[in-house]
Amino acid sequence: MQKFTLLNGLVAPLDRANVDTDAIIPKQFLKSIKRSGFGPNLFDAWRYLDQGEPGRDNTKRPVNPDFVLNQPRYKGAQILLARENFGCGSSREHAPWALEDYGFRAIIAASFADIFFNNCFKNGLLPIRLAAEQVDELFKAVAAHAGYKLAIDLEQQTISAPDGKVYKFEVEEFRKHCLLNGLDDIALTLQHVNEIETYEAKHRMEQPWLFA
Amino acid sequence: MKAQNLYDKLWSAHVVRQETDGTALIYIDRHLVHEVTSPQAFEGLKLAGRKLWRTASTLAVADHNVPTTGRARGISDPVSRLQVDTLDSNCAEFGVQEFKMSDVRQGIVHVIGPEQGATLPGMTVVCGDSHTSTHGAFAALAFGIGTSEVEHVMATQCLLIKKSRAMQVVVDGALGRGVTAKDIALSVIGKIGTAGGTGYAIEFAGDTIRNLSMEGRMTLCNMAIEAGARAGMVAADDTTINYLKGRPFAPRGELWDKAVDYWRTLHSDDGAKFDQVVRLDAAQIRPQVTWGTSPEMVVAVDGRVPDPAAMGDAAKRTAAEHALQYMGLAANTPITEISIDKVFIGSCTNSRIEDLRAAAAITRGRHVAANVKLAMVVPGSGLVKQQAELEGLDKIFITAGFEWREPGCSMCLAMNDDKLEPGERCASTSNRNFEGRQGSGGRTHLVSPEMAAAAAIAGHFVDASKL
Repeated sequence: MQKFTLLNGLVAPLDRANVDTDAIIPKQFLKSIKRSGFGPNLFDAWRYLDQGEPGRDNTKRPVNPDFVLNQPRYKGAQILLARENFGCGSSREHAPWALEDYGFRAIIAASFADIFFNNCFKNGLLPIRLAAEQVDELFKAVAAHAGYKLAIDLEQQTISAPDGKVYKFEVEEFRKHCLLNGLDDIALTLQHVNEIETYEAKHRMEQPWLFA
Repeated sequence: MKAQNLYDKLWSAHVVRQETDGTALIYIDRHLVHEVTSPQAFEGLKLAGRKLWRTASTLAVADHNVPTTGRARGISDPVSRLQVDTLDSNCAEFGVQEFKMSDVRQGIVHVIGPEQGATLPGMTVVCGDSHTSTHGAFAALAFGIGTSEVEHVMATQCLLIKKSRAMQVVVDGALGRGVTAKDIALSVIGKIGTAGGTGYAIEFAGDTIRNLSMEGRMTLCNMAIEAGARAGMVAADDTTINYLKGRPFAPRGELWDKAVDYWRTLHSDDGAKFDQVVRLDAAQIRPQVTWGTSPEMVVAVDGRVPDPAAMGDAAKRTAAEHALQYMGLAANTPITEISIDKVFIGSCTNSRIEDLRAAAAITRGRHVAANVKLAMVVPGSGLVKQQAELEGLDKIFITAGFEWREPGCSMCLAMNDDKLEPGERCASTSNRNFEGRQGSGGRTHLVSPEMAAAAAIAGHFVDASKL
């Protein structure tokens, strides 16, 4: 997994609540057996004017000029600013894969759905919860200033705005440690093989029908 | 000892170790696998040269991509076919038991787990699918995971997670005529919102829940994720135990007796604490119909499409305006005046035998309305289909003008050929009315099986009990 330490990135605003994972990456693209290549189909139904299908050349499709990510000023954005309950619905990890493949490294929102939130950390993508009023403030700042960037420091748990304002954010200690060091969960867990085996033996004694 | 709630009991029975910040390594008893969220996990194992920790805990089935007609011809879409073939070859390579497309036990993963007795009380059950919450109906701790976690469970039999907070949803009283578990689920979501359960595990309790069948409890727990809760659960009781007795994967003989003794402890103790309690009066619940693009956008069938202009909250108003535009609906339209193009009875929410019996009871002796282009029934598994045919339900549906299909996820998410065309309006027993969910530009209204059957007959929404 790629590390996340510091990020100074352009911000793109997606001003909708309850953005679901079907919207982030529509189901027809879930037929892929790969982990990469989902970026061109991120927000497919909103981003293009026609219907997307796997295998099509996305560079030849008509884009929706009204969709925020298609506006030239947000080209190259690495931070997505969103509203409440971002990533609700399906557990598809293809959603963080698509966001990451597109170029996003962090998402700032008032709240996230649990499974999506969790999936982000497995892919070097940092989801940051801020108070709804702070998110509102950032939406206004992004709209007012072309090229609006934010500087995220995971170690310090801060977001610094160009006007000097600093937003503190919370992140669980263990997730932070994994993200800062780009640690692979599986290798980490396998350091505890003995404990898993001890638990398993006890569990088998207590509930033998689970192992019959 | 301190009174524990059901979630506390299930959680503490599975903690292998704990980090200082509360992140725990918990042991997984059952891992269900389907074709969409597993190929990258198997690939990860192969690249790292890892094996499955406990192959016997894993059960696989293809459900999302499978066709619901002409099975003998195989899967025509090459991309879908590759995904199903990949599951087949991964299962063969890693020695995982799989119900293939030609197996009568094949079906939707959340239908076949319980049907086989592969889901048992007290288990931790995971699957790379958000509707894994369904299995909590058996007093199991069951929740959906991402593909990285699928690989993690395969390699370590464990997951790294933090304990959620506990919410209890208490429903008491008698349900009115024609009111179902689906209507309870939609009412709960209407009340607490699609993010109301975020960060929580929900236990459904109260005498209304006690009186629900296992099918009803599964429908309810299935939709816990639509309220934002990763897990939903119901205490074990006679209904649970009677359902499981004799199922292929359930214990037998002495082990069964021992298991039952333990299962009877799987309930919240008197005086157990919850972080939040929500109460509903069953008598107040009416048959529900969603009008928008989020399951929380829901009203009773005798209600009207709400008027965004009357909404105080600016974010809610904007969302409602967006939704009405997408749904092609005008504010204040009576729900019963909304006519439909298609009907879908199926999905992991409502495709079990009881759901099909309920829909057939409404359909019997009637015919699908002329304006309905397609009404389809997709049983949840080959065994549900077989049972329904034994009872003659297929004849009732076919005579009425429904199509009787092969089992799978089908038009719940339209990864196979079953989909809505742009602008088409569907009465659906599935769980998500998101934009494009049932096909690009399609318009979904979530309802119970009774209400979907009634809508098919009337050609518009109608209170099934008044048909």
